[in-house]
Amino acid sequence: MFYREAGQFKTSYKKDQAILPIFQDKIAMVAMLLFCFIVIPLFANDYWLASILVPFLALSLAALGLNVLTGYAGQISLGTAAFMAVGAFASFNLQVRIPEIPFLVAFLWGGLCAAGVGILFGLPSLRIKGFYLAVATLAAQFFIEWLFTHFDWFTNYSTSGVITAPPMTLLGFAIDNPLSKYFLVLSIVVICAFFVRNLARSEIGRAWMAVRDMDIAAEAIGINLMKTKLLAFGVSSFLCGLAGALWAYVVLGTVEPQAFDIARSFEILFMVVIGGLGSVSGAFLGAGFMILLPILLNNLGSLITGGTISTETIAHIEYMVFGAFIIFFLIVEPNGLARLWQIGKEKLRLWPFPY
Amino acid sequence: MDWWFFLEVFVGGLLSGVMYSLVALGFVLIFKASGVFNFAQGAMVLFAALTFVRLLEMGIPMLAAIGVTMVIMVILAIAIERIVLRPLVNQDLIILFMATIGLNYFIEGMAQLVWDSKVHVLDLGIDEYDAFEIGEAFINKFDVYAALIAGGLVLVLSLFFRYTVIGRALRAVADDHQAALSVGIPLRTIWIYVWSTAGIVALVAGIVWGSKLGVQFAISSVALKAIPVLIIGGFTSVPGAILGGLIVGCGEKLAEVYLGGFVGGAIENWFPYMLALLVLMIRPEGIFGEKIIERV
Repeated sequence: MFYREAGQFKTSYKKDQAILPIFQDKIAMVAMLLFCFIVIPLFANDYWLASILVPFLALSLAALGLNVLTGYAGQISLGTAAFMAVGAFASFNLQVRIPEIPFLVAFLWGGLCAAGVGILFGLPSLRIKGFYLAVATLAAQFFIEWLFTHFDWFTNYSTSGVITAPPMTLLGFAIDNPLSKYFLVLSIVVICAFFVRNLARSEIGRAWMAVRDMDIAAEAIGINLMKTKLLAFGVSSFLCGLAGALWAYVVLGTVEPQAFDIARSFEILFMVVIGGLGSVSGAFLGAGFMILLPILLNNLGSLITGGTISTETIAHIEYMVFGAFIIFFLIVEPNGLARLWQIGKEKLRLWPFPY
Repeated sequence: MDWWFFLEVFVGGLLSGVMYSLVALGFVLIFKASGVFNFAQGAMVLFAALTFVRLLEMGIPMLAAIGVTMVIMVILAIAIERIVLRPLVNQDLIILFMATIGLNYFIEGMAQLVWDSKVHVLDLGIDEYDAFEIGEAFINKFDVYAALIAGGLVLVLSLFFRYTVIGRALRAVADDHQAALSVGIPLRTIWIYVWSTAGIVALVAGIVWGSKLGVQFAISSVALKAIPVLIIGGFTSVPGAILGGLIVGCGEKLAEVYLGGFVGGAIENWFPYMLALLVLMIRPEGIFGEKIIERV
C-alpha cells in the first residue's frame, strides 16, 4: 500500500535506466532534498548542526568515496584517512602559497591531489587483491601520516604541527557559523552523491561491478582492468580528499595529521560495511549509524546507571558494540542497512496483499 | 663506519624481528588451516597478556596463571568458532577478513572492560637493561631470551605439525578443505584446535611483549607490525614468519639508524610496509609462500 508503479511504462532503454525510474521515487527525492535544505535549517539548533549534522555529512562523503572503491569496484582499502589527509593538506597548501585562490578551488585541488596519490597507491592493485591490497593501502596510511608529521613544509613551518584553517568566504558571504557550514557541506555532498549514483549506472560503473564480481571474467569480456581499477582508485580518492578538506576546514577548523590516523580509516570502512557495500544510500546510513551510536550509548549509559558509569567504560562498551555489529551485519546481512531498507520497501509495496 | 655499532644495530634488529615473528606466527597458524587472515590476533595478544598479568596480580602463582589463561584462550577460540566462523563458512575471504576486524574491536573492548586499561608491569625476573658484551657491541639479554623462547616455540610447532595426528590433520585441512572432510577430518574441531593454538601463541607473545613494553593497550598495535612480516615471509609458512620477522626487524632498525637521520626520523613505522610493498610487486606470495594459483 506504500505506492505502486503500475501504469508507468518504459518505452526506451534510456527511460528504464534513468537515475530514478519511478515517478514516486522522484517525488521522494525532491521531498528529501527540500527537507534537508529547508526544514532542517529551520528547526535544527547550533548543537545539532555543528556537532552532528556537519560531521555526519563530511564522513558520509568519505564513506561514499570508499564505497566507490570497495563497494563498486571491490578493491579493499585501509588507507582512506590518508587520502583524506592529502586532500586537507593539499587544499591548505594551495591557499597558503596563493592566498587569493577561492577555497572551493582549493578543495577541488585537494581532491585532485588525493586522486593522484590514490592512483599511485592503487598501482599494486593490478597485481594483487584482497587483503594483500589492504596491506598495500596500509602502507599508504602509515607513509602519508609520517610525511605530514615530519616534513614542516606541508604545515608551513608551524611550530605545533596544528594549523588553523584559513577563513572561507563565498561570493562575499563568510562561512563561519554552523548554518552556513551546513549549507556548504550539504551542497557538496549532494552533488557528489548524484555524481556517484550516475557514474555507477554508466559504462564505468558496470565495468567496476564486473571487476568486483570476477576480475578474470571481466578481463575476458574486454574490460581494461588497469584503466578500470585505477579509475576507481582515482574517483574514490578524489571524494575522500574532498571529504578530508571538508573535515579539516569545516568540522575541525584545524589542519592536523592526527585527525587522519588509522582509526579514522577503520571507522570509514565500518560505515561502508554497516551501511551497505555498493550503494550510495548505504554510505549515508552507515555514517549516520556510526555518528549516532556513540551518542546513544553515552545517553543510555548515564540513563541506566544514573551518571555513575565512567566515560572509559562507555568507550570500551562502544568498541564491543561496534565489533559485534560488524560481525552481526556480515553474518546476517552482508549488504548492510541499505539492503534492509530495500527489503522493507519491497515488503511495503506488496502489503497488505501477499502477491 | 663503526662496524661494532653496525653489529649492535644488526643483532638488535634480528632479535626484535624474532619478537615480531612471535606475533606473525599466530596469523600464519590460522591462515594455514582456514585461509582466514585473522586481524584480531593483536587483540588476542592484548587479551591474553592482560588476563595473565591480572591473574598474577591477584596472587596466583605464575604457572597456574599460565594454565588458567590458556584455558580462557581455548574457551575464546571455541566461542569464536561457534559464533563468528561457523555462520560465515563459504563466504568470501574478504568478508571473513572484515569479520575479524570486527572481532578485533570486540576483543579489544572486552579485554579492557573485563580487566582495565592501565599499564601493568610484568616482571619475569629478567633485567631488561642487562646486556652481553661482544667486543664493543652490547646485546640486550632480554631480547636474547625472547628470541630463545620464540625459537623454541617454532621448533615445537614445527614438530607438532609434522609428527602428531592433529598436526597432520591440520596440514590436510590447509591443503584442501573438501578432501580433508571426505577422509573424515572434522573441520570444526580442527578450527577450534587452530584458534586455541593461535591463542596460546598469543599468550607467549603477550608475555614477551608485555614484559618489554608493559601490558597495555599499545600491545595490540604490534599486530600492525606483524602484517608486513607476513607479506614478506609468505602467509602460509612457519619458517617464512621467522625469516620475515628477521628481515623486517633488521631492515627497520638499520634504516632508522642509517637513513632515518636524513629524512627526519621515525621511519620505523612505515619502512616495513614499503618493504612489503616491494615484495608484493615482485613476488606476491612472499618468500616462502605457496604459489597463488587462480582457478576460474
